[in-house]
Amino acid sequence: MSPLADAVQRVRCCSSAGCLASGAGPLRQALETAVARRELQERLVITGVGCLGPCSQGPLVAVDPEGILFGGVSAGDADGLIAALAHRSQAALASEREAPLSWTPAAGERLDTSGPFFSRQRRVVLEHCGLIDPERIEAAMECGAYGQLRRVVQTLTPTEVVETIRRSGLRGRGGAGYPTGLKWATVAKMPQGQKVVVCNADEGDPGAFTDRSVLEGDPHRVLEGMVIAAYAVGADHGFIYIRAEYELAIVNLRRAIEQASRQQLLGQQLFGSSFSFTVQLRVGAGAYVCGEETALIHSIEGGRGTPRPRPPYPAEAGVGGAPTLINNVETFANVVPILREGADWFAAIGTAGSKGTKVFSLTGNVRRGGLVEVPMGTSLATIVAEMGEGTPDGSGIKAVQTGGPSGGCVPAAHLDTPVDYESLQALGTIMGSGGMVVIDHATDMVALAAFFMAFCREESCGKCVPCRAGTVQLHALLQKHLAGEASAADLAQLEALCHMVKDTSLCGLGQSAPKPVLSTLRFFRGEYEARLRPGTAPSPLTTAGAAP
Amino acid sequence: MSVCTLTIDGHAVAMAAGANVLQAAREAGIRIPTLCDLEGLSPVAACRLCLVEIAGSDKLQPACMTAVAEGLEVHTATPRLRDYRRTVVEMLFTEGNHVCAVCVANGHCELQDRAVEVGMDHSRLPYRHPQRSVDLSHHCFGLDHNRCILCTRCVRVCDEVEGAHVWDVGWRGEHCRIIAGLDQPWGAVDACTDCGKCVMVCPTGALFHKGDTAEEKHDDSSRLVDLVRARQARQGSP
Repeated sequence: MSPLADAVQRVRCCSSAGCLASGAGPLRQALETAVARRELQERLVITGVGCLGPCSQGPLVAVDPEGILFGGVSAGDADGLIAALAHRSQAALASEREAPLSWTPAAGERLDTSGPFFSRQRRVVLEHCGLIDPERIEAAMECGAYGQLRRVVQTLTPTEVVETIRRSGLRGRGGAGYPTGLKWATVAKMPQGQKVVVCNADEGDPGAFTDRSVLEGDPHRVLEGMVIAAYAVGADHGFIYIRAEYELAIVNLRRAIEQASRQQLLGQQLFGSSFSFTVQLRVGAGAYVCGEETALIHSIEGGRGTPRPRPPYPAEAGVGGAPTLINNVETFANVVPILREGADWFAAIGTAGSKGTKVFSLTGNVRRGGLVEVPMGTSLATIVAEMGEGTPDGSGIKAVQTGGPSGGCVPAAHLDTPVDYESLQALGTIMGSGGMVVIDHATDMVALAAFFMAFCREESCGKCVPCRAGTVQLHALLQKHLAGEASAADLAQLEALCHMVKDTSLCGLGQSAPKPVLSTLRFFRGEYEARLRPGTAPSPLTTAGAAP
Repeated sequence: MSVCTLTIDGHAVAMAAGANVLQAAREAGIRIPTLCDLEGLSPVAACRLCLVEIAGSDKLQPACMTAVAEGLEVHTATPRLRDYRRTVVEMLFTEGNHVCAVCVANGHCELQDRAVEVGMDHSRLPYRHPQRSVDLSHHCFGLDHNRCILCTRCVRVCDEVEGAHVWDVGWRGEHCRIIAGLDQPWGAVDACTDCGKCVMVCPTGALFHKGDTAEEKHDDSSRLVDLVRARQARQGSP
């Protein structure tokens, strides 16, 4: 008998912010109406799920049990799809043959899930994203959510948990790649007393939506990782600091916290132990700098979101002066699989220095954009050319921008670079939180650098002089280049000023603000020189620091 | 109390643990330019003038917030640091509207002194000429935002020494400005005790006594140091 005969067919409707923006809301409603009208509730279930992957082809719908994926589905397609599914269901009941689904959306397509976009992925963080209904804790628990928390609290000591994370080789996914186990061990070794765990969900790089997708699609995964971290370091309360723009992620998280508290997975004396942990949501007011950990702490404390020099590091003195563990969303999302499968399993994925997988948001001038998770060490070419299928106009890839305004551009010649912390750093960029923007040949690199500088100028908190005034001067110099009014001396001053701002700014925002300029100067200097005012040939005029 | 020995520009200095590099340099008679720092107020490391090089580290560190440590090797005046300091001062001059000739603080201005100290005979960066306002609503004092360098000494002295917290920083980036109360006219803020400490510590002519005219504002910031030390002595702390 066909497996379809017993199986309840499930239609997974992507309800992440990307698909919602392209009409997934009305589509889901239309699907539910069509099911209700045909009284098929017994045989057909419509489920809202997190990101299904290829966001550029949204709105996306997946049909189970086979997991057939449709892209570009509109509300007008709903009736046809439900009719086709009803027909298939009846055919499966009547005969014993497989009943293939031949339906396609009017303006969309059936996506080939065996293609490189899917086959090249290794889903660890995203293993349940797009499969489960993020609004129901039961759905997450059916997939094992909070099972590791129970095991950890009941059978492992905090030291054993820290040791497992350390052995796994997990490094921070927020950008800098600091060894997570070492960070946990530092906080754990601070004297007993009040300690705090903070989840940094202030993802603000233009082009990055990895943390948002994880929080929208599988919020319990992040919560569970946080509670395990709290157990490991000895914290009894924590904060999730999330940017206000992530409305759906906030709603899903708030619901997840309520559900977990009701099930006593958060709160006092978890699983009958003496370990307690509560978590509060803190919604940022729209400042990029609050992703910087010391500014984030000030913001949690209710102060102005400005950074301070480190040391002391938050592990020593963080929220309210208490030792504080701050990790990014994706870092926490890696904790559960490491504990479930073991540190060695995790350490076997990736490269020597960068273990595990990395989630990227593939975007920009790319044919197939969306959310992908690949093993560390996958080459940039595999991600952008093979999985992303290159640029839409087929003109070829000029560069790939990673790390947002704190990162840089990798030119096409270096696309064979493996994605790991060290390789990207050697090219003058960073892993960042996972934004990967593909740039085609039509893109003006000077304009791109000016865009990022305008972003940093706007987002500078204004505390230190080089960032507050330097980004303004740098932006003005870039605009002078764009207008074709710059001289060779201006170009030399631009470069010197970049180094000055990078070396003297107080926090990561100012220190990395010049990176997009330095990176484009390194690989696309010709574009700057071509814009110089006629008659001012590039000369080896060096620093603007020469004595007058 | 333990003591550390460190070298600053080749001079060996012995310093009590807990002190910072700026204090150590001052004790050794080595001058590091500063603007936001003021003895008696908490350090913020915002002006970046006191950045120094530390052997073994690529990162420049603010002397005002870097603790002394045994064996630390500090360099305070390398060519790179000198150039960066001059650029910082140029940035301060170009982001505001500093017209020395008509300023109350002319001749007694720390920004002016720093410009001389770092050898800024002109600015290599273009002047921005921002639109800024003047608040004359207080009956004793005035605030000219054109001359403000956002060192936040006024914010800190009002909060930490006077305990009134009239001042704070509003907005962000290039739009930052010192605000009174909830961004009210200064004269409308009841919390202000008219003590004048903010005027006393202001390094430029941004905060001034009404009635002072060009060159009539004198640098009174040392009075704050005396006040803070006297308080500490009475409370029996070192």
